[in-house]
Amino acid sequence: MAEIKQISLFVENRPGRTAKVAKTLSDAGVNIRALTIAEAGDFGVIRMVLDDPEKGYKVLKENAFTVSMTDVLAVEMKDTPGGLYDIVDALGQNSVNVDYAYAFVTAKAQRAMLILRVDDIAKARKVLGEKNVKIATKEEIQAI
Amino acid sequence: MSGYWDPHIERMPIEDLHALQEDRLKSIVRYVYDHSAFYRRKFNEAGVEPGDIQCLADITKLPFTKKVDLRDNYPTGMFSAPKSQVVRYHVSSGTTGKPTVVGYTKGDIETWSESLARALTSIDLGSGDVVQVGYGYGLFTGGLGLHYGAERIGAGVLPVGVGNTERQIELMQDLGTTAIACTPSYFLHMMEVAEKMGISIRNDTELKVGIFGAEPWSLETRKRIEDSTGINAYDIYGTSEISGPLFTECYVKNGIHVWGDMFLTEVIDPKTGEHVPDGERGELVFTTLHKFALPLIRYRIGDLSIMTNEPCECGRTHPRIMRILGRTDDMLIIRGINVFPSQVESVLMNIPEVGDHWEIVVDRKGPLDMMTVRVELTETGFSDKIGDLMKLKKKVAKDLKGVLNIAAEVDLVEPGTIPRSMGKAKRVTDNRKV
Repeated sequence: MAEIKQISLFVENRPGRTAKVAKTLSDAGVNIRALTIAEAGDFGVIRMVLDDPEKGYKVLKENAFTVSMTDVLAVEMKDTPGGLYDIVDALGQNSVNVDYAYAFVTAKAQRAMLILRVDDIAKARKVLGEKNVKIATKEEIQAI
Repeated sequence: MSGYWDPHIERMPIEDLHALQEDRLKSIVRYVYDHSAFYRRKFNEAGVEPGDIQCLADITKLPFTKKVDLRDNYPTGMFSAPKSQVVRYHVSSGTTGKPTVVGYTKGDIETWSESLARALTSIDLGSGDVVQVGYGYGLFTGGLGLHYGAERIGAGVLPVGVGNTERQIELMQDLGTTAIACTPSYFLHMMEVAEKMGISIRNDTELKVGIFGAEPWSLETRKRIEDSTGINAYDIYGTSEISGPLFTECYVKNGIHVWGDMFLTEVIDPKTGEHVPDGERGELVFTTLHKFALPLIRYRIGDLSIMTNEPCECGRTHPRIMRILGRTDDMLIIRGINVFPSQVESVLMNIPEVGDHWEIVVDRKGPLDMMTVRVELTETGFSDKIGDLMKLKKKVAKDLKGVLNIAAEVDLVEPGTIPRSMGKAKRVTDNRKV
């Protein structure tokens, strides 16, 4: 199964840099499904799930951004207390480490969506599958 | 394995070379005393006469000449030859005051070309090679100097000058350039542009030699350039006051041959002015033994290096100077510790995750000097895990501290944000107000 491609960007922490990213994607007609910014003083890393990651990667690269593509999991999460716990506990029990995660809700989706970057994506997929956790496909993310 | 341009001179036994230097030293001292009002006055003030110079060791009786003398005697007050004999002028940019003017007789141009003809032959260049001269033409000595030297050995010269990088790369391909002469920082920029154009210097061009100088650069930068392009990168040395670019390493890459029949090279302790022993670091001092429009006696050039008189394995007997370690005047003093930009470069070029472009910014926060090294992250160095990037920052800071003995802030910046230089790279911004 094709993994979901997250786009990550290295950006210096100065005014206008995030706007430049948003403008580049907007001009290319690429939609941002989810976004998170991790900052570390003078620089930060922007991580995004896009409706068209290949195109997004291409236009950002053309505009001289430092970009990388990372495989992540998009997991459907019950929007009730304990929803996150079920997922991360299953991964923890099976020694899959979560490097980072961020969540988003959409108007259409019934449930919250959790984006996970883990050290062993195949194993995470298996563990979560066994727990009957629904993992979104590339097409589903595109269609949100 | 290369040949010699002038085997008789280049392999001359040391005793013969010393005898030749002694003769030429005596004549040039007599010549400047007779022809330059500046030197006559200077020698008189120092209480020394041409007759006092009987052997090479007597050179220490002569006073030093400094850059400030050239400025004070602007434009041609130090010239020894009359205007009618001067066939060329070059003018150095006056970044720190008045510009300085240098002049050449017809013979001086010959000597300069001859010096480079020997140098270029020693790195396997000759007829059939195409030498792309990417140094500035005009008032700067780099362009025309290399141009004349390369023509003398029968190479085809492509006088592109500075800038217009994409066109330089196209011409390099179209004309089959085999050697390029430019600043190392400009070549790094060229590598970057070629990559963007989808051209591999290694596979898509015939380039085999780089002649890099006009700014200090490190062995680590050489390794980076050679590893990524497959060329041989050689160091070239010289400054406008003593003609321009004059000397290079030979194919052995173990020191720059400074032709003893043309120049007498000394290495001194910059504080005391005394000679340092062979193999020890100090300031270079040149006496032009065979230059007549503007001969200079014991000229303190301001560059720091190490000299050896051991003959080179290439068979040349002339003294060699090692890679320039920096300039007495580009040394930064940070919290009382001497820091050379070349040290910073050698640290950074050993870390593959950081790019080829960097700068040093010095500020004063209260009573404390703060040094920040800004360096570009490479595409391959980018991890989207913050922890990895913080680790990289720490590693750069730790390695810098290990070499410099002072702590530096490290800023990772986006590729392409450090200004690219076409000529000499400006690596240091000192915001301290003294």
